[in-house]
Amino acid sequence: MRWCVLLVLVLALTASAQDRFTVGSKSFTESVLLGEILAERARREGLNVRHTASLRGTRLVFEAVKSGAIDAYPEYTGTLLREVFADQGLSSEVELRAALAEIGLAMSAPIGFNNTYAIGVMPATAEEFGLSTISDMRRAPNLRLGFTNEFIERNDGWRALKGAYGLPHEDVRGIDHDLGYRALGSGAIDAKEVYTTDAKIEDMGLVVLEDDLAHFPRYDAVWVYRADLPERLPAAIAAIEALTGILDERGMSSLNAQVDIDGRTEAEVALNYFETGGAAEGTLTFGERTRQAIADIPRTTAQHALLVGASMLLAIVLAIPMGVLAARSSRFEQVVLGGSGILQTIPSLALLALLVSVLAITGAVPTIVALFVYSLLPIVRTTHSGLTQIPQSVRDSARSLGLPRGRMLLDVELPLALPSIFAGIKTAVVINVGTATLGAFIAAGGYGEPILAGIRRGDTMLILSGLIPAALMAIVLTLLLDLLERVITPSGAHSNSS
Amino acid sequence: MFRLSSVSKSFGNASVLAGVDLSIEPGTTVGLIGPSGCGKSTLLRLMNGLLEPDSGAVEFDGTPMLGDALTPARRRIGYVVQEGGLFAHLTAEKNVTLLGRRLGWSATRATQRARELADLVRLDHALLVRYPHELSGGQRQRVALMRALANDPEALLLDEPLGALDPMVRAELQDELRELFERLRKTVVLVTHDLAEAAFLARRIVLLHDGSIAQDGTPDELVREPASDFVQRFVSAQRKLHGIEGAAS
Repeated sequence: MRWCVLLVLVLALTASAQDRFTVGSKSFTESVLLGEILAERARREGLNVRHTASLRGTRLVFEAVKSGAIDAYPEYTGTLLREVFADQGLSSEVELRAALAEIGLAMSAPIGFNNTYAIGVMPATAEEFGLSTISDMRRAPNLRLGFTNEFIERNDGWRALKGAYGLPHEDVRGIDHDLGYRALGSGAIDAKEVYTTDAKIEDMGLVVLEDDLAHFPRYDAVWVYRADLPERLPAAIAAIEALTGILDERGMSSLNAQVDIDGRTEAEVALNYFETGGAAEGTLTFGERTRQAIADIPRTTAQHALLVGASMLLAIVLAIPMGVLAARSSRFEQVVLGGSGILQTIPSLALLALLVSVLAITGAVPTIVALFVYSLLPIVRTTHSGLTQIPQSVRDSARSLGLPRGRMLLDVELPLALPSIFAGIKTAVVINVGTATLGAFIAAGGYGEPILAGIRRGDTMLILSGLIPAALMAIVLTLLLDLLERVITPSGAHSNSS
Repeated sequence: MFRLSSVSKSFGNASVLAGVDLSIEPGTTVGLIGPSGCGKSTLLRLMNGLLEPDSGAVEFDGTPMLGDALTPARRRIGYVVQEGGLFAHLTAEKNVTLLGRRLGWSATRATQRARELADLVRLDHALLVRYPHELSGGQRQRVALMRALANDPEALLLDEPLGALDPMVRAELQDELRELFERLRKTVVLVTHDLAEAAFLARRIVLLHDGSIAQDGTPDELVREPASDFVQRFVSAQRKLHGIEGAAS
């Protein structure tokens, strides 16, 4: 029943998006930046555009374009050949295009730069171990390596590299790409994989080790888009075609630097690219960044409040009846408590990824569904325990009155269980506000957006502009619920538990 | 008023009542007594349908206590438990008038009825606005009694109504209950483990032992003509406890 309601909701939302051009991007600066550039170009073609930015990892973004949740996104040929279609053993561009066409996708001409993988180390490390090529790493088996989880897992990543070069290293840890640069700078790790257009390479003066065995393939940036796009939104294809052969490695790297080093937003840099041909006017001051971050808080607050509010409302409306049923029937008790307990154990990122591919949309709706799922258990449990803990004598007295049908629950049981139910709602709200920040991984907006962007750009101010309001929201909501509880529960109900 | 025929009830493997036959005439007061675990509370709970018998039948005023008949029957039967079973989230007055208000009483009528009942059980009107945790044990039992009487039921079932009270309050309430029973002339079934209390409040005593009726008669008959060795031991144990000669006198 409830899934039907959700499905209708989802269909309504997707139907209205038919004439909209949805651009996607992965969660690193260059991808978000390219996404912004395509979005901006498409807007100039007069399209209604939405940029679903910072999707977590290749698999998620590829699922999104395959299912139609997004229409186009920037990708690299090497990733398509070695990762997405790794099991098909493709070797040429023609084969790649055919494989894409088979699943309703197409690929543009190259954007102009080759952003391949490489290994970067600090100059001091290079000197100490005499490193200039990847082969040299064999002589330094104690190097501590920090790679993104994607690089560790993907078919053309660490395992293949280790095999091709016969590298002996065992100390490999998974770390976010942008946090990895910080770890490298602070000496927490000795080497990490870099993208050759990363602005941090120049900024930190990293030594890029030569791929002397030519292990890494070419990673030419291209646009991957849905094959029905030329028919559905011809203007979108015009925008995509206009954005091929436009940026070389140096150009891309300098755009990345405007975000990663100068602290501008991707949207601003994209706009600049069209207005001034990419020229930037120096680094933003700390004050300017702070003002920018603070000015954005009302927007992210509204988004975050929507995620939390909608999911909590759904959860309360469904969890309380479920808790009542569980308290009424022992068969239902096991199903409900066990079932919601199992849902709770699904890792949040996995659930988000799953929902994106099942619902075929990104953004607020799958995030709300995920938050709803996580909010169920605390409320179901406390409703159930609040009801089952009512003393037998009180329950007997209520039954023996001969109250009209349903009134026993409304007049006696639920009011007595209310303090317990409120405790569950408060727990759920706190979990919910925190978990909602993960929605930024699938472009749901909210406080997770500045947090993610801050991590990406190494901008602490930006991270705080998401973290502090999130903490405040949790506190304010808890206080409001306390107040509401005091208003609607008469003083007597609290003494029931004593 | 109440008729139980060959009623048996078990909880899991434990048989609590085995083939009990009992008939209670309208307007009589019956004391249901026996040692702990003899099944007296279970018997009372069967009489207002809080429990269903495993076999046998329970009738109230000629109608089986089953299904759709339960709700109307319960409105004609007041029920009071040991700790009062008051609803902690409602004031004394709201506790008393909850059913009435759900059946359409006006606020004025509800308040008026609550005051009448307070007078009946000698409860200060000022206490009506208090929540149960703001009342003493004796006051709570008075409120519970008011709630049971609110809709003027024909029968009252009382399960150890004075069990949790201290001796002074208990004695005071025993006096008041006796007076009340005589005045209201309702059918009353009172569960207690105290023979003296039962004898003081009821004309007819039903003594239960291991899920069966050991003796059914006046307090006097129990003392003078015990039907079995058990009855004699039960009666003499109670007399020793109270240090009085004849509980019935």
